[in-house]
Amino acid sequence: MGDFFTIELLKATLRMTAPLLFAALGGLLSERSGIMNIALEGLMLIGAFFAVAGTSWTGNPWLGLLIGVLAAAAGAAIHAVWCITFRADQIVAGMAINLVAAGITAFLVQRIWHKAGGSDSVQKLPNITSGMSILVPLAFLLVPVVWYFLFRTRPGLRILAGGEHPQAAESVGINVSRYRYLCVILSGVMAGLGGAYLSIGDLSYFTLDMTSGRGFIALAAMILGGWTPLGAMLATLLFGASQAVQLQAQAIGNFPISPDLLVAFPYLLTLVALAGFVRHVTPPAGLGKHATSG
Amino acid sequence: MPRISSMVIVNIVNILGSIAAIIVALLAGAVLISIAGQQPVEAYRALLDGSINGKRAIAETLVYSCPLILGGLSFAVALRAGMFNIGIEGQLMIGGLAAGLVGALHLGLPLYIHLPLALLAAMAAGGIWGAIPGAMKAFSGAHEVISTIMLNYLAYRLTAYVVQKTGKWLPVQPSLQATKKVVPEARLPRILDGTRLHAGIIVAIIAAFVLWYLLFRTTFGYKVRTVGLSRGAAAYGGINWGLTITLAMLASGILAGLAGAGETLGLQGRQYTAPQGYGFTAIAVGLVGRNNPIGIIFAGILFGALNSGAPSMQADAGVSKEITQVLQGFVILAVAGFAVLNNSSLARKVLTSGQSRRRDRAAAIGTEPDVEVRAGPPAL
Repeated sequence: MGDFFTIELLKATLRMTAPLLFAALGGLLSERSGIMNIALEGLMLIGAFFAVAGTSWTGNPWLGLLIGVLAAAAGAAIHAVWCITFRADQIVAGMAINLVAAGITAFLVQRIWHKAGGSDSVQKLPNITSGMSILVPLAFLLVPVVWYFLFRTRPGLRILAGGEHPQAAESVGINVSRYRYLCVILSGVMAGLGGAYLSIGDLSYFTLDMTSGRGFIALAAMILGGWTPLGAMLATLLFGASQAVQLQAQAIGNFPISPDLLVAFPYLLTLVALAGFVRHVTPPAGLGKHATSG
Repeated sequence: MPRISSMVIVNIVNILGSIAAIIVALLAGAVLISIAGQQPVEAYRALLDGSINGKRAIAETLVYSCPLILGGLSFAVALRAGMFNIGIEGQLMIGGLAAGLVGALHLGLPLYIHLPLALLAAMAAGGIWGAIPGAMKAFSGAHEVISTIMLNYLAYRLTAYVVQKTGKWLPVQPSLQATKKVVPEARLPRILDGTRLHAGIIVAIIAAFVLWYLLFRTTFGYKVRTVGLSRGAAAYGGINWGLTITLAMLASGILAGLAGAGETLGLQGRQYTAPQGYGFTAIAVGLVGRNNPIGIIFAGILFGALNSGAPSMQADAGVSKEITQVLQGFVILAVAGFAVLNNSSLARKVLTSGQSRRRDRAAAIGTEPDVEVRAGPPAL
């Protein structure tokens, strides 16, 4: 086992964690403002696709990143319109965006590159060390940034107030809807970063459904982390580590535990935590509730 | 206004709303296809042609409808109780796995024993997988959306794990990432010569009528609907909320398990490990069917047609078949967006004629307020 837990495993863990962490921080912002964001999965996929498409159009991966993030933010804005202005069911709207994202990216891949499975290779973002994208440290840097913004700034505290008790926040003159729009769109930016990381940070191309449930995992990690940035980071590290160990176990072979069970472990842990066995996980009290004014 | 006529109006408004949602989605899809530089009219014509033109096309539409109707029913019974079951995909897979394992055993039993046995195994497995998030919500308030997502992934992993178990008594085939072939005595028989149409569609339609009876003609159904409309009113009426949502999720899982069994015993002949995504389309089916079992039969056939016509659309009009997935998403968005109209003052006046209308989740996305809810204590 000595050569199993290597520096490579640690790096793989950070690489697998980064996209989850971006999305989890996005989900955190949205949920703390009071809007459930099941659409993270689809928004990541949109970010991943448009980052590659943008890089392919402009020839510059940084512009590609910008286009990917903007596309995901636009998708998030649709979610916001439906959830906040139309007062649609937040879960229904989120699932719809996931379906649209999966379909539209597959459709556009076919239109642009005339093949079914994915895009051509494009130039990727630079690495900081071998095999590790520059976006990996950014994901971890965003943890204290999000924490400071939410818990130490005036808009952040207003967001929290609107998420806990929208009516009370409205009554003291906070425009809850405006802050919710801001947070949902920011969650799209974060999910877009996570998706772009997958396509032009870690790899250099887009494949169909390349997020493969990471948006949902991020949501679970955010909950496992008790709706706090630090907790979300620790929880995403757990999911990331289990994926890294699984990859390593598959590469090495004859690992004592089945890789399927290894990967299943964080899901099981989240389930157990949700059932209240590990510690209390309390969502923002105003989650899913509409503010009084449109 | 007499109660019956207001219910009729509600049903008509719901049907018109679903049709309008489909039209809006098709128009939005047409815009998208045009932007991509293709011909929407041609695409839709090929889609329609591929789904209803001829015996084979219609049979294929019904083949695709089978898991979608059962999945839609699964979604509906949970939502009637106020539970958002997005774990249908996992319950479907676990049900299919159980059906595949039981169906692949060489038991030497006749069809009329082995097939029901395999179906029961699927219902039991799916039911357990569905009841877990219900019970979790009842006991600790764990949000069902997250627990069902986790159970989806656990279902995928469990299936992948089980089919790798070589050298055991389990009838699995690791080389195929699947269970062994279901024996003929456990197959849902083909019901139309020269097509893949199997008896699963009959199971689905029977299930729809059973669920309709259960929801609208039994005490259990009354409790489920009451709990879904208002937890507070249900508590006021002495209904056990936790038990009711758990049972509704059990029923939901049973139906999803049946959907999985239909695929395994009827279509594929074995359970594979790759998720098919029917559990998510089922949400669209349930919503367009307005959570009404009879409406869901029609919605299921509609989405089945979308799936079965997609290859023709790709072959004849060159529009890639994934656009149908976009259309499904658009339909859901349209239905969800129309809830704003439902809540608007005009619709409220027409629909409720002076009664106060509850605005919780079940009502907001289009279930009719046909349970008389008296003023009770505030929601717990």
